[in-house]
Amino acid sequence: MRLNVDSDIALTHLLTRKKQTMIAALGVTVGIGIFIFMISLVVGFNRYSDEALFKAAPHLRIYKDDMLSQPLIPQSNSGYATVIVNPKITNVSNALINPEKIMADLIKQEDVVTVAPQVSVNLFYNNGTSQINGVASGVNILEANAMFNIQSTMLAGDVRNLVATPNGILIGVGIARKLNIQLHDNINITSSVGVVKVMKVEGIFKTSNSNIDLTKSYVNLAVSQQLLHQSSSFVTDILVNIKDPDKAPEFSKRLQRVTIYKVEDWQAANEQTMSSKKTRAVMFGAISLAILLVAAFGIYNIINMTIKEKLNDIAILKATGFSGKDVINIFIKETLIMGFIGTLFGLLLAAGLIKVVSGIYIGGDREYFPIGFELSIFIAGAIIGMLVTLGAGYIPALNAAKIDPIEIFRK
Amino acid sequence: MMEKQVILKTNHIAKYFYEPVKFKALNDVSFEVFESEFVAMIGKSGCGKSTLLYILSTMDTAYEGELFIAGQKITGQKQDTLAAIRNQNIGFVFQFHYLLPEFSCLKNVMIPALKLGKYSYEEIEEQSYQKLELLGIKDQALKPASKLSGGQQQRVAIARALINSPKIIMCDEPTGNLDSKNTGIVLETFQQLSKEFGQTIITVTHDNDFAAKSDRNIEMEDGEIIDHDKKI
Repeated sequence: MRLNVDSDIALTHLLTRKKQTMIAALGVTVGIGIFIFMISLVVGFNRYSDEALFKAAPHLRIYKDDMLSQPLIPQSNSGYATVIVNPKITNVSNALINPEKIMADLIKQEDVVTVAPQVSVNLFYNNGTSQINGVASGVNILEANAMFNIQSTMLAGDVRNLVATPNGILIGVGIARKLNIQLHDNINITSSVGVVKVMKVEGIFKTSNSNIDLTKSYVNLAVSQQLLHQSSSFVTDILVNIKDPDKAPEFSKRLQRVTIYKVEDWQAANEQTMSSKKTRAVMFGAISLAILLVAAFGIYNIINMTIKEKLNDIAILKATGFSGKDVINIFIKETLIMGFIGTLFGLLLAAGLIKVVSGIYIGGDREYFPIGFELSIFIAGAIIGMLVTLGAGYIPALNAAKIDPIEIFRK
Repeated sequence: MMEKQVILKTNHIAKYFYEPVKFKALNDVSFEVFESEFVAMIGKSGCGKSTLLYILSTMDTAYEGELFIAGQKITGQKQDTLAAIRNQNIGFVFQFHYLLPEFSCLKNVMIPALKLGKYSYEEIEEQSYQKLELLGIKDQALKPASKLSGGQQQRVAIARALINSPKIIMCDEPTGNLDSKNTGIVLETFQQLSKEFGQTIITVTHDNDFAAKSDRNIEMEDGEIIDHDKKI
């Protein structure tokens, strides 16, 4: 197949100026490469921090919030209001009423993936004279593991052992170290209401948060209910995971309308994490856009220079019957070819950078740098790269189309 | 000559320049050029003959009056339409050869025809070789345009002007910087084109010997035509 004449001219221009073509393309390569790399960094890091977050927190938590005292007898006279001076928090119990029904209703919802009951118990871990206070989560361990992936944080033991051992406990590595306790040792716990129990350590976990490692433990739901002197229907929290964690705020709003209990999404519970996430996105976005802009200026400059050098050629083309549209076409094609080459190598550069960085050891529970190949970022990068070069080439091409051949010939 | 067909006609063309001061470059220029005529426009420097040629070429549209080419009114047409008219009906030869330096001579000749798109690439290539042969530079066809001598470049430019078989060929000082031998070749070619191929040639020139060998001389002075058929 023969190229059409505009493409032929564009290609000849590029091939007779290989060096400049390459420099312009290189600008795009660096711009796109760094852009994709930066965005991948942000996305990778955000995913990592979300993962870390979701190891301790569910997407949604339903619990009974503290309530202020309400008037016992509502005011019947519409002109008056009943005022309680110095109201107090009136919670008798923070138990959810009929949790089985709530959970059964929740799991029927379309977006819901897992629903797990939880009882939080404040307690002391004792070994000899040393004592640490902390919080035990009474859970159905298999559901909790599905939700938090506790198994991935285990240093020793196995979460499934808790199912077979009714008085088993999984403790944080900080507790184990401080109380000098090893796997299969016994540990003495005392709840806030004074119940004492001897538990068998079935697992030791290590999260990315040392404070959690020093306070948290998991026990079976029944044990936690016993620790609080409560019946087997006693549940303080219902934890919900949904398909798309980003949709948690909408889901919680929907849920809040049909329940008297407090529904809290993870974004609301972790405002600081969310704000630092946003800061990161803006910061890296700004830096990579700046780099792209510089690349665009490179393209703009080189096309502009080409046009300045080719004033004669443009005049001849116009004299021999090429219209303004043809001239725009020629220079747009030149930019697109440069942009395409640049973008292509930019994708390779980004892939290379990501490959190198993902091999950097950072320690912690993640071990390697949290960055990965994201097809959507690469596609977005390629599209942005082509658009930016198109814009950078279009402006000078438009000027070239306006060149008056007579002015050139008169000189 | 019996019934002569008018190929190009102007009605009261006037042209102003505004830089540095307002200046009337052309005043009430009306004339006709006939088919297969070889016309030379002569006159002193600054008399407006090049300015007139650029208006005739359809490239300059900022003038008063009317221009007709082959019966079609050119004045007031859109730029893209004018480009298409130039492509098909008008061939240009400039004083400074103005070839595209990165392309071979052959490609330079081919480009206007490729733009017109009337024939296939192979046919256009064949026609271009023929035009180059006509001008005696077929052996230079594949050399880059920038490697040729001035006379050779000018002949390539003429070949390019001929490629779409335009009705009119316009030249601005085509022999301006050629030696007498090359001038002779160009002159012979033009005579051949008008006699054998019936093409109209309008050329601006300072060279009185060259003008003397044309069919008709139009003399200009101070932006006006003072003689429609000056005998030299």
